[in-house]
Amino acid sequence: MASLRELSKKKDYLTGGHRLCAGCGHSIAVRQVLLASEDPVVVGCATGCLEVSTTIYPYTAWKCSYIHNAFENVAATISGVESAYQALKRRGKVDKELKFVAFGGDGGTYDIGLQSLSGALERGHNMLYVCLDNGAYMNTGIQRSSATPKGAWTTTTPVGSVRPGKPRKRKDLTAICADHNIPYVAQASISHWKDLHAKAAKALQADGPAFLNILSPCPRGWRHPSDQTVKMAKLGVQTGFWPLYEVENGVWKVTVKVREPKPVAEWFKLQGRFKHLFAPGNEALLADLQGDVDSQLERILARCESTQE
Amino acid sequence: MSKTVALTGNLACAHAMRQINPDVVAAYPITPQTTIVEEFSTFVANGQVDTEYVTVESEHSAMSACVGASAAGSRVITATSSQGLALMWEILYIASALRLPIVMHNVNRTLAGPINIHCDHQDSMGARDSGWIQIHCENAQEAYDTTIQAIRIAEDSRVSLPVLVCLDGFIISHAIDRLDMLDDPEVKKFVGEFEPRVTMLDPEEPITVGPFDGLHGQFFEFRRAQELATLGSLPVIEEVGKEYGAVSGRPYGLIEEYKLDDAEIAILVLGSTAGTTRVVVDDLRADGVKAGLLKIRSFRPFPIKQITDALSGVKAVAVLDRSLSPGAIGAPVFQEVRSALYDSESRVPIINFIYGLGGRDVSMAHLKEAFDVLSDIVKTGQVKQTINYLGLRE
Repeated sequence: MASLRELSKKKDYLTGGHRLCAGCGHSIAVRQVLLASEDPVVVGCATGCLEVSTTIYPYTAWKCSYIHNAFENVAATISGVESAYQALKRRGKVDKELKFVAFGGDGGTYDIGLQSLSGALERGHNMLYVCLDNGAYMNTGIQRSSATPKGAWTTTTPVGSVRPGKPRKRKDLTAICADHNIPYVAQASISHWKDLHAKAAKALQADGPAFLNILSPCPRGWRHPSDQTVKMAKLGVQTGFWPLYEVENGVWKVTVKVREPKPVAEWFKLQGRFKHLFAPGNEALLADLQGDVDSQLERILARCESTQE
Repeated sequence: MSKTVALTGNLACAHAMRQINPDVVAAYPITPQTTIVEEFSTFVANGQVDTEYVTVESEHSAMSACVGASAAGSRVITATSSQGLALMWEILYIASALRLPIVMHNVNRTLAGPINIHCDHQDSMGARDSGWIQIHCENAQEAYDTTIQAIRIAEDSRVSLPVLVCLDGFIISHAIDRLDMLDDPEVKKFVGEFEPRVTMLDPEEPITVGPFDGLHGQFFEFRRAQELATLGSLPVIEEVGKEYGAVSGRPYGLIEEYKLDDAEIAILVLGSTAGTTRVVVDDLRADGVKAGLLKIRSFRPFPIKQITDALSGVKAVAVLDRSLSPGAIGAPVFQEVRSALYDSESRVPIINFIYGLGGRDVSMAHLKEAFDVLSDIVKTGQVKQTINYLGLRE
């Protein structure tokens, strides 16, 4: 495992000067993932914040080859790039080792891009798909996605007189990807760089498809100060909302154990999107949300236990 | 050396693909295209091609993977029909805007609903404005020949656009037809090695494909450049068709005229119905009626000059459309032909026959009926009805 000093000397594929918001988690996630590659990378990007902010014509923030096709199809698109690579390598027209990495937001991955992702994972391409999960459609103005936490305010789940934010639980995409029985799946956070780096390295070395789901806070959508991004990601882990684990060849393993998870309310209360939960009358909802976090952790631990070698 | 074979249109297309041996095929099965991808799969399974064959989970992903593979710098072919083409719609525009030389068969089938698997041109008419070159075939021979030519047209540096090769579902795709195939080395030589303009696979020269056009970008200029490239493909389609003729003995152009030189009345049509019309023209000629046929091969780009020149001597024209545009002034081909003729000196009377929707059979009697209406127009000098229907139960 490379030290921070060593990593700081490696080539950065995403250059500064891109137009992501101050405090956006995405650029941190992208750079940490790509630093883990020993080979040159080719990147695909779904429509979303990362895409619009890094390739405003005639500029590009990418120092590697990059493709954007549409919103729901980055997995299929990068699978096509990788297939061309396999064909041309077989025919002696390309000889270099390359890695193929797709980035999508939660909207482009959990929702509209799920079919494309599922297909690409099942087909077994040598590719890494990275979901940058900030829990809503931030690029179009904070609309709910199936990654939005239950109870959160978004512009399509507003807090009204009869509805307290999003009524449904999140989709468990990491588990869905793991159940595709691909070589490597992991959940990571920008706050735990060593863990993220190790997972990205494993994912890139896997023989076949790999999937990383990365918690990437959004100051605009979560309603927190832009200098609190890493702290928000860290608390997401420490409260048990975002457990850090990996599934390597079917074996589930928690990679960062949180001995005494903090109450999830401690994380919620720092974010404007959950502000209404602390109004009188919502105590039961808050307790319910804590229950969801607890049962999620239990499910993961149960799978760790049942698949231990 | 060529050899004569008996194949369905779909198998003819699959064999053309085998001979081309593209780098990547990403495709999803749909009736009536299915036997193209099935046959190609057996070529892959038996090592007759070394194509990377991507068995995607939908047509949307098929076209998305084709875009990725083509942008990466590989030669790409796919095939679809109907709902599949409709599902690709979003990505068709991106493929052409990125100027990717993808070749795709569209085995023409109508669009639901009600769900119907049979032939009409409603599906490819929906791709009319997508920026794809669109060539229609009359029979299995043309489907085979056009597949090979499409590679050269798409990849020509003056064009660099995707090409849709259309063949009528079941009528061409599933009927066994006699055709001549080129030898494998002849096809290999004709299509040549693909030399991509750019590649995403050279880390020394990274490129960004599909950037965001921003708020005050160059969109209008890009779209205009695409239009110019499409118009610029007209002579390329002719050149490639001529060169193919030198190799195969079967030259191709943008349109095909049949007994049009001295014709007084003419039918203009795309696809397999041209074959039936040819027989009807012969019958009418035997009876002393000066009938003719104009077959459009290239629908996009639309060869305006060739069409107006070809129709300059006739006294009445009927455009046959195998699609319907509810609420419009006639169907798509009619609209364009009439618009083209508006500026011509003769301003010949022109009527529209909508026919064959959802696979409704078009017989020689139907075509005779259309020619009779044209004869009546010539005789009386009057157009009684501009939009007409053949074989509609009313």
